[in-house]
Formats: sequence, C-alpha cells, structure tokens
Amino acid sequence: MGDKVKITIDGKEIAAVPGEKILWAALDNGIYIPHLCAGRDDHSPLASCRLCFVEIEGYAHPVPSCTQEVSGGMVITTRSERVDRIIGTGFELIMSNHRTDCRACPRNHSCELQKIARERKLKLKPARLPRLDRDLPVDGSAAKIKYDPNKCVLCGHCIRACREKGAGVLGFARRGFERAVTTFNGSPLGESGCNNCTACALACPVGALALKE
Amino acid sequence: MSERKMAAAALEKLKEQAGINRASLRGKTLILLGAATCGRAVGALEVAKTFRDEIERLQLDAAVVEVGCMGHCYAEPMAIIYKPGFSGICYGYLNEGVASRLVQDFLVEGDPCVEFALAATGINDFIPTFQDFPRGIVEQKTVMEHCGFIDPENIEDYLAVGGYGSLAAALDREPSGVIKEIKASGLRGRGGAGFPTGLKWEMCSSSPESTRYVICNADEGDPGAFMDRTILESNPHLVIEGLAIAAYSAGAGKAYFYVRAEYPLAVERIKKALQQAAGLGIIGKAMLGAEYSLDIEVFQGSGAFVCGEETALIASMEGEPGLPRHRPPYPAVAGLFGKPTVIDNVKTLSYVPLIIKNGADWFKATGTEKSPGTAIFALAGKLVSTGLTEVPMGTTLSQIIYDVGSGIAGNKKFKAVQIGGPSGGCLPEETLETPVDYESLSKAGAMMGSGGMVVLDENDCMVEIARFFLDFTQKESCGKCTFCRLGTKHMLDILERITKGKGQPEDIDLLLELAEDVRAGSLCNLGKTAPNPVLSTLRYFRREYDAHINEKRCPSLMCKDLIAYYILPDKCERSCDACVGSCPVEAIFSNEDRIKVVNQEKCVKCDSCMVACPPQYRAVIKVSPPEEVLRREREKGVK
Repeated sequence: MGDKVKITIDGKEIAAVPGEKILWAALDNGIYIPHLCAGRDDHSPLASCRLCFVEIEGYAHPVPSCTQEVSGGMVITTRSERVDRIIGTGFELIMSNHRTDCRACPRNHSCELQKIARERKLKLKPARLPRLDRDLPVDGSAAKIKYDPNKCVLCGHCIRACREKGAGVLGFARRGFERAVTTFNGSPLGESGCNNCTACALACPVGALALKE
Repeated sequence: MSERKMAAAALEKLKEQAGINRASLRGKTLILLGAATCGRAVGALEVAKTFRDEIERLQLDAAVVEVGCMGHCYAEPMAIIYKPGFSGICYGYLNEGVASRLVQDFLVEGDPCVEFALAATGINDFIPTFQDFPRGIVEQKTVMEHCGFIDPENIEDYLAVGGYGSLAAALDREPSGVIKEIKASGLRGRGGAGFPTGLKWEMCSSSPESTRYVICNADEGDPGAFMDRTILESNPHLVIEGLAIAAYSAGAGKAYFYVRAEYPLAVERIKKALQQAAGLGIIGKAMLGAEYSLDIEVFQGSGAFVCGEETALIASMEGEPGLPRHRPPYPAVAGLFGKPTVIDNVKTLSYVPLIIKNGADWFKATGTEKSPGTAIFALAGKLVSTGLTEVPMGTTLSQIIYDVGSGIAGNKKFKAVQIGGPSGGCLPEETLETPVDYESLSKAGAMMGSGGMVVLDENDCMVEIARFFLDFTQKESCGKCTFCRLGTKHMLDILERITKGKGQPEDIDLLLELAEDVRAGSLCNLGKTAPNPVLSTLRYFRREYDAHINEKRCPSLMCKDLIAYYILPDKCERSCDACVGSCPVEAIFSNEDRIKVVNQEKCVKCDSCMVACPPQYRAVIKVSPPEEVLRREREKGVK
C-alpha cells in the first residue's frame, strides 16, 4: 500500500489509494455514482454500461469513473449538465430494453435500476423511447434459478459469479442488439452443467437471474 | 555509429543481382496488365490469357506481367504496353477482342491503335500523357508512384525502383534517429484519427517492456473504400518495408499484418512478398547484415468491421471475441498480450520508406501545415471516373470530384459527397471548396476517415443514405456498450420510420439528442462516430427530412414507401407492350384507350417498367407522394 492521495469529489476531500478507480473511491466515501457493470476486482474494467460518467477538472469531456484512476489533487464532480444528460439517456436506453415488471420482480426494492432512478431522479419508464422488447423465452429449466433474458442489462456480474463460485457455464454471446448472456450453444440452464450454486441470482442486480420461489 | 553502411552495402549487392536478372527483359515488348481486384472483377485475367495466347500463337518476343492497379479503376481492364521504339501506352476498357487486335496491329504491325489508348506514360508526339489531363495535374503520386507499374509478385521489380533502400538506411541508423525523422515529417495516421505517427512509435519504444509488437492494420471495412486493398495488391513490398522500419524504430522483434480475410488476393500477395523478402535476407534474422531480427506474420481478420478499431483488433488477435476495450491504456503502452504495440494503417506505413528516403522536409513540402503529405482517396459512387487517387492534402473537394473524378455520371446533378465511410458525413455542394485535411473536414461535419469518398447525385435520398450507413454501423456494433447497442438501434428505428413515411415532427429532435448522446457516451470510435452521417445530413439536408415527415414525400424519389410508378398518358405509345411484359407481378394493364396503367395495389415498385420503357418515350415516371397518382388520374379524368 502506497501513501494515499488526496482527491476532491463534489467538494469533499477524500484520501484514496493510488491506482484506485474513482468510482470505488467515491462509493467508499458515501458518494453515489450510478453503475451497473463495474466490478471492484476487475483487472480491466468492462466499461460497458456507460452510466458512471463524472467530470474531472482539466478534462475536456466527462469520463467513466470505473476506468479512471485517481491521482493526487484530482477535482471531480459527479453532477453536471453534460454528465446528467449522458447518464439520463444511457439509463433511458437501458430501461427501453429492460422488461419492467417491478411488482412481480424478486428484485423489487433491491434493484440497482430502481436505485439509480431514485438517486438521480430518473424515470423507470422511458419517456422518449419506445420499448425494444426482444420477447425471448424465459428459461426455468434449472432447479433453483430462473432466467429472464428480457430483463438482462448485460452487466456481466452473473458471468463473474458463475466463474468464481459456480460451474462457469455463463458467458456473453452474439453481437450488437442480439448480444446476450447465455450458455454454451444456448442450451437451457438445466442442461448446461449449471450446479445450482445460485451465485448468479444473488449477483444479478436487476432480477434477470433470480431464485425460484 | 552513424557511419554504419553495412545494411546499405548488403542491399546494393542484392540489387546488382536484381539488375542482372531484369536486363533479360530489356529490348523486349512488355505488357503490364492491371490485375488487382478491380481489374479482375471486370475480366482482367481473361484479357491476360488472350494476350498470352496470341503472343504464343504468333511466336512474339513479348512478356505479359500482371501488375496492380494504377488508380484508373473505371477503365479496367487496363494494360500498359512498352514496345521498343514507342513510349509506354496505356489502354483501357479492354476485352479479349481488343487484346488480340492490339497484339496483331501494334505488336506485329506497329500501329499503336490510338483509338483504344487512354494516355501515354512518356511524352511523345501522338498521344497525350496522364499529366496532360486535369486529373494528372491535380494528382501527386508518391505512395502510388509504382502501383500498376511494377510486378507486385516479384521483389526484383521493387528492388529495381530503389525498394528496401530506406529499410537499409534505417537499419544503418539508430532507432531514435528514425523516429526523429518521422516526427519531424509530421506524418499523421492515415487510418482516420490522424494521430502523429512518430509520437506513437516513440511512446512504444520508450516503454520499459522489452517485448513489443508492431501491427499493420489492413482491416479496411468502410463501404466504398478500397485504398488499402489496392496498395497491398499493387505494391506489397512498400508496406512491408514501412512495417519493418516501424518495427525497427519501436524496437519490436515481431510484426503482424492484420488483413481481412475478404481480401484473398492481398493476403496472397503479402505472403508471397514476405517469402521473397525473407528469401533474400531482407526480412528475418540479422536482416541485411544488421544486428536486428524481425519476424512478420499475416493474421486474417474474420469479418467484423469493429476489428478495425485497434483495441478490438488486438482482442481478436489474442483469441478473444473482437470487442473494443476502454482506452487508456493505449496500445502503445499496453497492447497485444499486454505488451506495447504500435498499430498503423497501411497507408501510414507506406509513407514511411518515402520519408526515410527523401527526408522530412520533402514530405512537409506537400500538403498543409497541420496535415502534411498527400491523401489517398477511393472515389466511388456516381462519378464518371471512379478509382483511386492520391492528391496533396489541402486539395479541394471540387478538384477531386470534377478534375480527378471527371464529374457526375449521366449528366446528373451533384448532391453530396460522403467522406469517411460510416463514421463520416455527407457534405453538400456549398462545401465543395473545403480543402481536404483532418481539421477542415471535421469542421465541415465529415471526417478524413480512411479515405473512402462516395459521390451522390440528385437521385439519392439523403435520409435513405443516413439510414443505410446507420444500418451498417448498427449491424456492425459489437453490442458491448449501452449507447452503441441500443442508441444506434433506436436511431435506426426512427430513420426507418421516416423513410416509410411514418415519421413524426418530434422525431428530428429526438434523433439529434440521441445522436449527440451516442457520440458522447459510446465506448469506442465505432459508436462515437456512428451518428455522423445522421448529424451531417440533418445539418445540410434538413429539408429532405421535413419533406419525408411533413409531406410524406421523398424529393429524390428513392424511398420505396413514398413513391409510386405512373405512366404518362401523353407519352405512352399505346401499341408498345414493353412495360407490360417486364412487370413481374402483372400490375400493368391497358385501359380503354390502350394506354398502359399501373395497378398501384399490385405494383411492387421493382423499377422494371421504367427500365423497359423505350428511351424515345420515357413514359414511366416515379411520383411522390404516391397519392400524386390519384391526383393526376383525376385531373386526366376531368379533361
């Protein structure tokens, strides 16, 4: 552990570990930045959800805080017109592709999307965009887990959890709008070699993978 | 140390041998046949066979050499014939018949058949040279100087024009000296971003890591772009030489060609060239006697457009899915297998041997202050003379379109030029005086890109063009990040609505907002630049969007849902049944006056009747909006 460096986030002075990413320094000090895909131990951040933008003094454009390392004297603001606009649109895009059925969702009240909406005063229902529901079949073939790909936001937490704690059967597949979390050859979870460890369901922040009742 | 001349001496020795071998060709008639992909597509190989068969049949002392492309793709198949006593003469639009006639009339009887000649390669009394045409005046060939004039499959040809001299000179210098020269030249990456090449090399070479890589990015994927392909097919050794110099300067022992698998001829020619260079000891262990060894490998990309983006390219080479990664770290710091990696475009590397040979000042003498050198463009679309051109940076768009490209084909009116591929923009007539350089094009709303230039005429609907390019990027999006995966999808859906006449006035504002946010929020440059065609068409052709949305009308008569085919009763010949026979769905019938009428309910808008209607009548027209047919029919009925 090297000496800590001082940074400022939203006017609050914070001591951060050199090499640490801004996102974690902020979260550890009670400053919320929306995020879905970031993993604390990631060697190379996925940086795919595009929700954790912040402004850094001296930087021309907002940058994702999950990829940006802290450096001494850095002055960071988590809110600005530009940041709010990017995050607002990013969130609306994600919500346009997330089947919203909060009342029946096991993640209701502990959902990361609800949290982002609450923190940033954003609407869960996309105001400007139509829904892009892909109408994919729900996979209930595994003994303890149910997978609704229509809710998936592609954050990758389930894949990490499956590799670390489970059988390692989950992965990203296909490209573009078709990109999905799935098993090898797209076989049902129950036939994929899944050992029902349920780590994925616990990791999923949006209820796409959830425990069967 | 600066007095080293070892590599240069070793090369001289090789060249002496090459000179001896080439002497056997002197005094012989030589036919250089353009056999790059552009030529082959229109039958160059058949023409080559005819030349060879005829020469064989008549027992002539002549040789046919398949060369690359000299840029005049519109006139392919092309050949340059060098006959002793004549200056080289270039013939275009060849076919088997013309080829056998040239052999008989020119090679045997000595009549140069000026009726088939395009131009001469040297000054003479009969045929103008390329430099006598506007195109020749605007063009300045440096990288393309030997393209189409040397045999890409024979290293001796390249050695004979001074090839690998720059590599030898570089090997006799310190790597830092070579980098200094490239930095001083101001060479900027020709892949599109325009990053200073020397700086990139320096970043890599100053890394504490000793394992480093250099990659030549030949994953050219923009619709309508074929510069890299042509250079690789026409002069592969030039690119190899540039790559070797880059590797030496950056201190890399391993270099790669990343070529898309859709370029089989380029792959074949690079591999052959690499073999030849290795065979002569120019590339390989202790190359040219220097204390430097380099291994070059060819890696074939598997068809993903995004793999032209450097981090996705690296991921795909590592065996991972071709998805981009967040930058920084930049590849020059941590690239292939986490090691410092220089990635340069084909064209960028092609300039390197020329800069080493002629010096940084020579390079800077051409072009503009911030964008020195020349620019290579692939001219495609509605031009008279499509092809490849090399012009000094700072040349105006109108010079390229009207002088080099000979203007718009079919006497149509110019509408826009699309520059920079799916990441670029559409520029209208009023911007034609824009000089081509990185800054001016960005300011105008397009971008330099890799050099694709697609010219559009009055029949092209700009909304449809924006939809076409966005459809391309949306399909090629890797899907990793939110903005590109979903943002481009929503944008495409809106554009499709508009081209189908279902757009709403508020769609334009939403499109603009999404475009700006996708640009700001995307992970890689594919997403960051994907909105450019939409933004530039909205900026310059807003009226066309408004016509689609407010009047449900396509002013260019291109969007199928907004047009209808109509047969002008005054022009229809009545007894002619050409349109009736051409219609695949029997939608055309004769009315009581024997005038042909289109049944709009049956019509599938395939355009067949319009093509079939004889040119002396031209009775079939397209109208927009489709209700226009009813209005006209009613009008006629009243009369």
